[in-house]
Parts: sequence; structure tokens; C-alpha cells
Amino acid sequence: MSEVLLEMRGITKTFPGVTALDDVSLSVRRGEIHALVGENGAGKSTLMKVLSGVYPHGEYEGQILFEGQEARFSDIRASEALGIVIIHQELALVPNLSITENIFLGNEQGTRGIVNWGAQHARARDLLKVVGLDDTVDTPVRRLGVGKQQLVEIAKALSKEVTLLILDEPTAALNETDSQKLLNLLRDFKARGISSVLISHKLKEVESVADTITVIRDGRVVESLDNSGSQVTEDRIIRGMVGRDLTHRFPPREHEIGEVVFEVRNWNVAHPIYDDRMVIKNVSLNVRAGEVVGIAGLMGAGRTEFAMSVFGRSWGRFVSGTVLRKSKEIDVSSIPSAIHNGVAYVTEDRKTYGLVLMNDMKTNITLANLEGVSTRAVLSEPREIKVANGYRKQLSIKSSSVKQATVNLSGGNQQKVVLSKWLFADPEVLILDEPTRGIDVGAKFEIYTIINRLASEGKAVIFISSELPEILGVSDRIYVMAGGQIAAEMPAAGASQETIMRAIMRLGRAASEGIVA
Amino acid sequence: MTSGPAPAPVTPPPTNEGSERLLSVLRSNVRQYGMLVALVVIVVFFQITTDGTMLKPQNVTNVFLQNGYIIVMALGMLLIIVAGHIDLSVGSVAAFTGAIAAVMMVNYKLDPILASAAALLIGGLIGAWQGFWVAYMRIPSFIVTLSGMLLFRGLTLFMLQGQPVGPFPESFRAIASGFIPEPLGAIPDPLGPDTLKLTTLILAALLCAGLIFMDLQGRREQLKYGFQVSPFPQFVARSVILTVAIMFLAYRLAAFFGLPVVLLLMLVLTGLYMFLTGRTVIGRRIYAVGGNAKAATLSGVKTKQMVFLTFINMGVLAALGGLVFAARLNSATPKAGNGFELDVIAATFVGGASAYGGVGTVAGAVIGALVLGVLNIGMGLMGIGIDYQFSIKALVLLGAVFVDVRGKNKDT
Repeated sequence: MSEVLLEMRGITKTFPGVTALDDVSLSVRRGEIHALVGENGAGKSTLMKVLSGVYPHGEYEGQILFEGQEARFSDIRASEALGIVIIHQELALVPNLSITENIFLGNEQGTRGIVNWGAQHARARDLLKVVGLDDTVDTPVRRLGVGKQQLVEIAKALSKEVTLLILDEPTAALNETDSQKLLNLLRDFKARGISSVLISHKLKEVESVADTITVIRDGRVVESLDNSGSQVTEDRIIRGMVGRDLTHRFPPREHEIGEVVFEVRNWNVAHPIYDDRMVIKNVSLNVRAGEVVGIAGLMGAGRTEFAMSVFGRSWGRFVSGTVLRKSKEIDVSSIPSAIHNGVAYVTEDRKTYGLVLMNDMKTNITLANLEGVSTRAVLSEPREIKVANGYRKQLSIKSSSVKQATVNLSGGNQQKVVLSKWLFADPEVLILDEPTRGIDVGAKFEIYTIINRLASEGKAVIFISSELPEILGVSDRIYVMAGGQIAAEMPAAGASQETIMRAIMRLGRAASEGIVA
Repeated sequence: MTSGPAPAPVTPPPTNEGSERLLSVLRSNVRQYGMLVALVVIVVFFQITTDGTMLKPQNVTNVFLQNGYIIVMALGMLLIIVAGHIDLSVGSVAAFTGAIAAVMMVNYKLDPILASAAALLIGGLIGAWQGFWVAYMRIPSFIVTLSGMLLFRGLTLFMLQGQPVGPFPESFRAIASGFIPEPLGAIPDPLGPDTLKLTTLILAALLCAGLIFMDLQGRREQLKYGFQVSPFPQFVARSVILTVAIMFLAYRLAAFFGLPVVLLLMLVLTGLYMFLTGRTVIGRRIYAVGGNAKAATLSGVKTKQMVFLTFINMGVLAALGGLVFAARLNSATPKAGNGFELDVIAATFVGGASAYGGVGTVAGAVIGALVLGVLNIGMGLMGIGIDYQFSIKALVLLGAVFVDVRGKNKDT
């Protein structure tokens, strides 16, 4: 047993209304690969942000010991000074700068503000050799694929004398070969005494590369498994990730399911920039009146891309497929026509895509259906206020009045405003994309209640979520998506988190072995 | 959900409701009223420093005659800026369309009405050209209109062959320097030696009555739907202040030649655009596009079409501004409209529009233009050199936007 490099003790981090981390302890030894697994929102990324100083000392409770010394990081630079380097899921490279420039960005080599290009290039060349990249150092980063960009990030980390490398989902966007390359690199680092913390959803990778696997669930550490002899199985990890009871987290509901009202057939969509990359592959699904259909899947499974491409082709390049409402084909080729045909899409990111934050509540609520509050294109403010007050009451939105700017509302209340907007548009099919992301438990329960009420009013609801318990608790039927395809369809009654996870893994394995499901 | 008394709000506790409401009303009005107060302060300042010359009938009239075209163009610029764009070409477009009208009237003896209509149409086409590149080809508006600024300046020079074209028929000149007919004659001024044009006074009184009537209608509608309205004394006070202000202005104008045609044009357009921005579906959509284009698109707003339309609108108003300016100079010149874009953009920002889009009012833009116009005339009357004038206007622009930005940061 080698010495302990990092020890995090009793870390608790709360956000207004949520406890993201609850008394979490983690210990990483020198020269090990330590995997951190758990569902989306379990608290893995938050923990790593505490470690790297994104949340500075004082914003959390607990203690961090690094190389035996207590560390109190005030920002990322402070943690980097000790050799803790984090590589985020979204790469932080400047596309138009060269590899060298990116590697030394903010850490330029030179004297008195004058860059020593010769030294930088030479150093960059050495680093590229280490990570196994054979491009020339003056290549602009935008010309590299995602896999190579990931390697540049790692080279950048190495340029800073790293002792602990944190990788947040490094292989999520990589293909099998690139992933293997990256994992081999981690093994090399291990041999040189560099420790890595690997956050990943790809349990097969975790199983093969990690020495220790720590499972996090709901902000708590469930268990730390010793995997030094690769004795831990995928099934064992899944059990740790999902084992929890589901009682009383979801409101009960009556199921009264009618005819199929909405159907998507053989939906194919290509990437908006890379025409030859198919992102959605032959997806077919249907929803009945009064039914809540869940779409489960991991991040990057193509759920949002699918939903947005159906909603007025607002994502990607449409290739083929049909959309039917009550067995009749409808036009969803533009957003206005999709809305006109009774389809509504509540976006995943309410601040960027859902609300005009500077505008007040009523202005946001009526935006998708201005016809409903106007006569011959002339708006009536009293009618707007009346509509907005109606939803404010109905969904119990907490605000000083309907004239309050939405930027000042809490996340849960903002989400309710977005929902109000779409309820007022009176759709037949509601696609809800991660409607409970980033809102507290109480507000989540209210959103579930609203979903139930919509279903009981006969609306068809498509519910996209990365949180499996939520999918199981809210849906009547579940589609599982992985790699842009439907991996499985199952009634919610018999489904469990394990069956869903297995379906995802099965497809992932089939794809990586070259068998198209 | 049927009619009845106002539903009692569930949260927050009703004790806060009153003061919070008052605060929010104040906050939402402070931008517009703030600039209005500044305008009054500036006028009073010049009235004192020029020993009462500022509010002489002739100078009051001149404020409108000299700034009419800026105000007309500021209306279009407001929509462009609210939609999140900018138009640097308005000066050149005004010059070009003015030149076209001039050549038609002077060289080809075309009827002024026909020539003006053609100029407005060409303005719209120019707007469509620029709007096409901005909205559909996704070229930044700064670049498209910078190119337009050069292009239409060039075409103006070509059109005029480098020479001023004029003079114009009297009927055309009237739009810039004429006054409305006064069939009712004049009455002696009870307070001074001048005589007062009666028709102007009567029109002003009608305007006041109309505004008060509309306000009353609005209150009645609000009450009908069961909503709270401002207390009646506050409403009366507002109406009295408004009436006094309008009648005072009319009184000064009536003592000169009466109501300038360009002011009438300005009033009608201002009313029209206030209605468009505040009360219509299309106005609301333009604000949404500027506020958050992605959210607007995903709510079914045809974002590109909205941007396209604001540029067409700007083109027509730039042409109108060009006609007024040409009529005022009584000739179309190659250098006409130089620097207009800066005055127009400054007026819009001084009036509280946000450089990031989504925020701004028609009333604000008009007041902003008047602030700059009064500064021009006032400083001229005080005999301040042109060098200082530029610098002072620059600081006013910077200061107004600074106050605005700071207020906004405090809000959030």
C-alpha cells in the first residue's frame, strides 16, 4: 500500500435549497487511478470543483489534506500550484490558437512579458510526444478532432508539473480507439507516480483501468471498492450506483391512457456541421393521450438532439423521418408550424433557451402564444396579466407579481414560468427536457405534480431525464436511448434502474464491437 | 377565472405588496422619467444662462425644425438596437434617397409627392438589402451597414455628380420648414406683446384631451378586468402636468409661426411607434428577439424575419429623414447626412436603450434626441465654441449610458 496523496474529509457543500455533498470523504493514494462513479447529479463534479478550488475554501465544510498538509485553495491557481489539475468535460481550448499557444495559455514561457517561442515550441513538442500526438505544434486546435483536443488538454496539464490529474468524463465524446489511447496514457502516468481521478459513466473502462472505485449517490459516498486485481464487475458497480428506495419521492397518479396521439417514425438526423456524422439513427417512438413517456439515457445519448430536431428542426440537419399526430402526418419543419400542430418543447437550459430573463413573468408566459392575448395583432395588457396571474396561482409560482423580471426568480420558479408559457400555447404533446435539473427537491415534487395533472388532462408527455429514479417514478413507459438510437423500450412498471443501465451498456458494447443493433 | 375583484395574492405577505409595487413602478419608470427630468433641467439651465432666450418662440420652434430628421430616424434606430443590431448607414442612406428625390424633382420635374414616394420605396429596398445580409446571411450588422455607409455615400456622389441639386418646389420645402395652415387667424397674447396662432392652440388642446381620454380608457379597461390602478389623485396630477407641458409648448409655438409640419409628422410617427412597440404582437416579438434570440426562436418567433423587417423599417425612415433634411437645406448635397448615424445612435442610447438589445423605448429615444438637440441650440445661444460642443455632447452620451448601466447592474 503506497502513501496517501490526497485526503478529503467530511466535505459538505450546500447550494440554496440543495445539499450537493453531504459529509463526503475520499482518499487517493500516490500513483493510483481512482474512479469516481455515480448518476448525473450525484455530486461527482461538485466534489472535484471543491478539490480544485472552483469553490474556494470557506464555501464548503470539511478538510482537504494534500501530501499531508491541509490545503485551503482560494481559486484554481492555488490548487494548480500544488499540482492538482482538472480537465473539464467541456474542453477549455481556444480554437484559433495553435497547440503550443493553448498549452502555455496563461502560463507563457519567457521573461519580462516577452514570449520565448523557441523554448515554448520545444517544450510543447516534448509534451506532445508524451501524450502520443504527432501533429505539429503550430497546428490550430480547431483542426484537431475531439480526441486529439483531449490530448492537448492533457499536455497542457502536464506542462504544469502535475501530481494529481482530474478528468471529468474524458472519453464521453471519444470513439473506442481514442478512448483506449487515453486510458493507456493514464496507465503510463501511474507508472510515473502521477495519480488520476477519473469521472466516467463508461463502467467498462472504469472496471478495466481503475485501482479504486468510489461510488457516489445523492451527495454521499456509498462505498469505495478495491479494484487492484480487476475483481469488481460492472454489475457490482451498477448495484452501488442505483440501490435506493423510491417511496414517496413522486406523487401518486391515476393512469388513464388513451389512443396514440403522437408518433415519430424512422427519425434520422445528421450533425449540423459534420454532414456525414449521423447523430440520431432511425429513432421511432409513440406517445398516447394521458401517457407520460420517459426517455432515459446518459449525457450525450442524443435525447436533446432528438427532441430539438423534432421540434421544428431546431437542431442538426434533418435527413429523414415522419411525425404523425393522431395517425396523420404533420409538418414540423419549422418551429411555428410545430407549435401550430400542437407540439411544445420545454428546453433543457431554461436560462439560455427558455426565458428572456430581462423581461417580466407575463411577457415570458405569453411569448409562445401572443395571438391568445391580442385582437388583430394588438396586445391587451389586462388579458396578459390575467393569463399570467392564472398560471401564477395554478402552478403556485412565487414572485412579487407577474411584473417581476424572471431573472430574479429562483430556478424552480423560472422553470414553472417556462412551463406556463407552453401550457398557454395549449399543446397536445409536451416534450420536457430535464425539467427538474438544478432545482431543489420540493420544487421537483411540484413539477412532477404538474406533469401528472397534464397527463390526467389528456396531454401526451415526453419526459427526458438523466436521473433514473425520476424517469421510473414519473413515466408510464420508458424508452432508453444510447448512441443516438433507441436501445430499449419497456413499461415503467417492470423496469428498474438496473434494467435501464444494462440496456445502455449492452448497446454501447454492441456499438464498440462493431455490431449495429 | 371570471370577472370579479382582484385575486388576493398568496405570496408574499400583503404588508410588503404596496411599497414593493411602488418601488417596482418607480424602478421601471426611472429610466424614462430620469431622462425627462434631465431634459427639463437642461432647458431650465439654458433658460437661465441665456437670460431667457432659450424659450423664446423662435428657439422653441427651431429645436424641432433642426432635429426633426434626427428624431424620425431615431424611431427606426430604436427598433434596430432593441433587436440587438446597429445601423451605421443611415446618414448615407438619407443622403442617397434625398439625392434621388432631388434629381427627380429638379432634373426631371417630377411631382414632389411622386418623387418622395419613390425615395421612401428605395429606402425600403435599401433596408431590405441590408436586412437580407444581416438576418439571412448572418453577417454582423456592424459590417453590413459599415459597407452600406460607404456604398450609399458613393452612390450619392454618383447621383449628384458631385454637385448640389436644388432648389426645390415650395410644396416640397414645406415638410421641413413649413407650418400648418392657420385658417382661424390669431389672437392677442394675454401675457405678452405677441399674437398667438389659434389653430395651433386648439390642436394642442385636442391632443391633451385625446391623451387624457386614452388614459381614462386604459384605466377603465384595467378596472374592468379587476386590476389595481394608480390612485385617482396621482392620475389627475399626471394629467395636469402633461397638459401644462403641452400647452406651454404650444403657447411658445403659437407665438411664432404655429405648429411646424415636421413636428406634426414627428408627433404622428412617435404615437404610431409607441403603439407598435408597446401594444402590438410584432413589437413584442422584436423585443423578445433582442432580449434572447434563442429563447424567442424556440418560442416560435420568426427571428430572422423580425430582424429583416426592422431593417426595412429603418431604410424607409432614413429615407424620410433624408427628404426632410434635403427640404430643409433646399438642396441635396454630396455631404448631406454626414455623421447623422452618430447623432441618431447617440439619441437612442441617451434615451435608455441597451447596447445589448432587448431594452429601449420610443419615448426614450425621442427624449434622447431632444436632449441632444436642446444641448446643440442652447450651447449655440451661449456662444460656446464647436470644439467644446462636441466634447460636452460626448460626455453627456457617456454619462447617460454609465448611469443606465450602473442602474441595471444594481437591479440584478
